Amino acid sequence: MSEPVVGFGAPIRLEYNYTPGSASSRYLRSIAEGRIVGQRCPNCEKVYVPPRGSCPTCAVPTAEEVELAHTGTITTFCVVNLSFYKEIEPPYVCASILLDGADIALFHLIQEVPEGREVTMGMRVEAVWVDESELAPTLESIKYFRPTGEPDASYDSYKEHL
Amino acid sequence: MAETVETQTAGLSAPHVLEYPYTRSVGPVIGRFLGGLRDRKIEGIRTKDGRVLVPPAEYDPVTSEALSEFVEVGQAGVVKTWAWVSEPRPKHPLDRPFAWALIQLDGADTALLHAIDAGDESKMSTGMRVQVRWREETVGMITDIECFEPEAAS
Repeated sequence: MSEPVVGFGAPIRLEYNYTPGSASSRYLRSIAEGRIVGQRCPNCEKVYVPPRGSCPTCAVPTAEEVELAHTGTITTFCVVNLSFYKEIEPPYVCASILLDGADIALFHLIQEVPEGREVTMGMRVEAVWVDESELAPTLESIKYFRPTGEPDASYDSYKEHL
Repeated sequence: MAETVETQTAGLSAPHVLEYPYTRSVGPVIGRFLGGLRDRKIEGIRTKDGRVLVPPAEYDPVTSEALSEFVEVGQAGVVKTWAWVSEPRPKHPLDRPFAWALIQLDGADTALLHAIDAGDESKMSTGMRVQVRWREETVGMITDIECFEPEAAS
């Protein structure tokens, strides 16, 4: 009898052409300039990043652009123990980061966590960008966020954004 | 200036590929079937009422009993039905027009889905005989059968 097969790789691959639309295109172009630009709702004044061109709560266009800081607060996070990307050795942390001045958290990678320090809710972080020559209209232009060393933000400062 | 504004407001567009790297566990019956293909033989399984299923199933479709009697079948058979693919897609088994077909191998009572390299749609007919064309290197996958071809071609 032949040696039976136990299993085989069966990847499912979906090839899309992604068109982000005008609001997200402007946001991605700002990333290519090393800036993070959101949009403010004229009604509830929430600042969305990435902007989608309208406020999902108030259903009105969000025309006003707001440049955001490159620092923020981790609102929540997870520890990734499986290898998805060859470049990053697990375990590593992915976190929701509320940029200073924003009302919506971005999801990004956390790196350069000092030895003996654990990632926590409220941890203050800053963006680490690729070299200026490598800036492109993609969030990969921000390599990751790293702790700033500032004291943790108080729970009250981000509890509305969880 | 107008052109610059135009360029600034035009939307971006980029390829976006999602890929899920699944590994599929095949179980003991299909595992043996695929292992057989690696050795260039095609095995079916006998049901309680004596029929031979190719590809084999783990359980009897009538009585639901577990099946275990493997039966080697022929490497040629009859086309039960087919569909011509005039413009093959990148992931298709052949890079030229071909037929998808249900092929009942000699000694089998059910049909196997595979590709037929017939060259032209006019060469295809229900009831025609076809034979296996093995891939040069077999690894234990259904693609070890590169395709089927009209039996007269050999």
